[in-house]
Amino acid sequence: MTSLATLPPRPGTGGRIRRLLAVSDGAYRGALGTVAALFVVLLVVFVTALVVQARPAFAHFGFSFLTSTKWDPVHVHYGVLVFLVGTLETTAIALMVAFPIGLGCALALAFGIPERLRVILGPAVELLAAVPSVVYGLWGLLVVAPWVRTVIEPALGHITGGHEPFGGSQIGVGLLLAGLILSIMILPTMVAISRDVLLAVPGVEIEGAFALGATRWQVMRRVVVPSARGGILGATTLATGRAMGETIAVTMVIGNTDHFAHSLFGTTQTMASLIANEFTEATEPFHLAALIGVGLLLLVVAVVVNLAARLLVRSVGRQRAFGIGVL
Amino acid sequence: MLLVASLVCAVGLSACSSTPSATPSTTSAKAKTPSSSSDPYAQTDLHAPAGSLTGAGSTFDQPFFTKAFYVYNQNDSGVTVNYASIGSGGGIEQFQANTVNFGASDVPMSPLDIASAKGGQVLQVPVALGGVTISYNLPGVASGLKLTSKVLADIFLGKVKNWNNSEIKSLNPGVKLPANPIQTVYRSDGSGTTYIFTNYLSAVSTAWASGPGTGKSVSWPVGVGQKGNEGVAGFISTTPYTIGYVELAYAIQNKFTYAKIENAAGQFVSPSLASVAADAAQKPDITSVDYSIVDEPGATSYPISGYSWALIYQLQKNATTGTTLVDVLDWLTHAGQSQAASLDYVPLPANIQQLARTTLLQVTGPDGTTKLLTTS
Repeated sequence: MTSLATLPPRPGTGGRIRRLLAVSDGAYRGALGTVAALFVVLLVVFVTALVVQARPAFAHFGFSFLTSTKWDPVHVHYGVLVFLVGTLETTAIALMVAFPIGLGCALALAFGIPERLRVILGPAVELLAAVPSVVYGLWGLLVVAPWVRTVIEPALGHITGGHEPFGGSQIGVGLLLAGLILSIMILPTMVAISRDVLLAVPGVEIEGAFALGATRWQVMRRVVVPSARGGILGATTLATGRAMGETIAVTMVIGNTDHFAHSLFGTTQTMASLIANEFTEATEPFHLAALIGVGLLLLVVAVVVNLAARLLVRSVGRQRAFGIGVL
Repeated sequence: MLLVASLVCAVGLSACSSTPSATPSTTSAKAKTPSSSSDPYAQTDLHAPAGSLTGAGSTFDQPFFTKAFYVYNQNDSGVTVNYASIGSGGGIEQFQANTVNFGASDVPMSPLDIASAKGGQVLQVPVALGGVTISYNLPGVASGLKLTSKVLADIFLGKVKNWNNSEIKSLNPGVKLPANPIQTVYRSDGSGTTYIFTNYLSAVSTAWASGPGTGKSVSWPVGVGQKGNEGVAGFISTTPYTIGYVELAYAIQNKFTYAKIENAAGQFVSPSLASVAADAAQKPDITSVDYSIVDEPGATSYPISGYSWALIYQLQKNATTGTTLVDVLDWLTHAGQSQAASLDYVPLPANIQQLARTTLLQVTGPDGTTKLLTTS
């Protein structure tokens, strides 16, 4: 790369071309650098704006902004704990449902099904990612919610005899439905990335395992999945991010109440749905600042989860390097 | 390289398009003579040219504004009004920062809000009237369930828990009421509809007034929240034994169930354009501080209603734009109200139309004395 730029210019056409190349090389690097820097600048501007605008709320409510469970614009009291927990709960449910299904689907798409089916099913899964979230929300509210209310909730309630975690009134919308809708929304991310990672596992390793007499299941379980673990974790991280930040679909199916859900059928609210609900008409004192504070908190939680996942991926990668990968 | 170039281009383009493009004033505004041609502000006016106005705010007003401003443009004026329905909160903010010609809000600006408005003294004009219906889903029970203010407040406070409650029963003899628990539904998004409804509950119930109180977002004791009228209506229509509140125009257009509510005169009244107008006409002397019209007297008054407001500055720094603005708003609050009725908004009663004009007559040009509204 550097050789072109450092070569002394020679007379004649060759020198001119080199100079031209050197210029375009510099421009190329400059453009790339600018675009890359743009994201850093954007992030800094973004975070600064959030902090500045949320400051009145932090200054006024202090630590109780994080620990209080009461959100009451009329009486100027803002605490976000309910919504923080709501975000974590819905994300956890979504992951618990989407992870096994997503991994199974990715394995099937990579190895399990014949080529002819694969070319149809693969794009079909990816197409799910292109459905606007408001459509998921409407479908959830108008189609899935009545079904959950009349079929799923009575069935689950029957198992525990109306006790936790399947207690309370059965109205369709709530924590369970929000988690289910979210899990469908994050499946395409899970499947598409996991499948690509699984396909990247070296064929030699797989063939070697088969040659040693391993069954199909053993190959998947002991060779393919462990080898692709880092990538699968990465896919899960991306899916987690999407689940935490999802706004409109969750708003439509979670029930939007400002208290904790007492069971899986209970209603609550997430940080993202709270912002979507109250942002446009926030005219009470501190209301807007408090909502922006919630946005900042969501960003912080997302960063923490992302960092934790990175650390996890790195430690998994190291284990593999030491040869403990095949468990 | 191509990719990078197109990326850079895209960034550049979007930066460009965010700068306000000068709207060409093709056909000039109504041939009103500007009060002073030597007005120094006229040259450096930041607002849109006289032939077009910008406004921002309430989403409740949006269907009405869109239709009314279109008709106004077609009629004779050629004036274009660009209205951004970004919510009352955003509308007030844009208006305070003086980036729009007028704001629109479902609740008048508070004195605190007005104090931080950049353009000086604020005038608030009622522009639209709306009602709130109580809708429910009770298998086997059609529209017209009778409810008193007390029962309604108790339902939303969580004190009346079942549909076969003795109070509901005694109000509705002959109606088969199930024993199922009542599931209340409210608007989860901040809204003028919620404001009107909680304002009503506060007016009729001391327990509500001292509890959740009045606001566009309140902390509800019981129930579930849904976003928008369509969210509440959708949830009610798919879930039996629910009860909630929906904006009148939405309920009429979707032929939704509604309850008859007992008014201050002891009559059970169905929500309609006429009954909401009758309620509003009872209080001709509203101001931007004393604006509540819930639970008014009168045998035909439907008690759950309220106004939406336009926000303008009393002193207009550009006489031409200011004249266009007051002309538009004067038309909107008089002849334009016929457009409101066609969209199931309640037309402003005659005495409120007069009040709007009295307010608009206070608007002056940059000199602070010249009245901009000339009524014939």
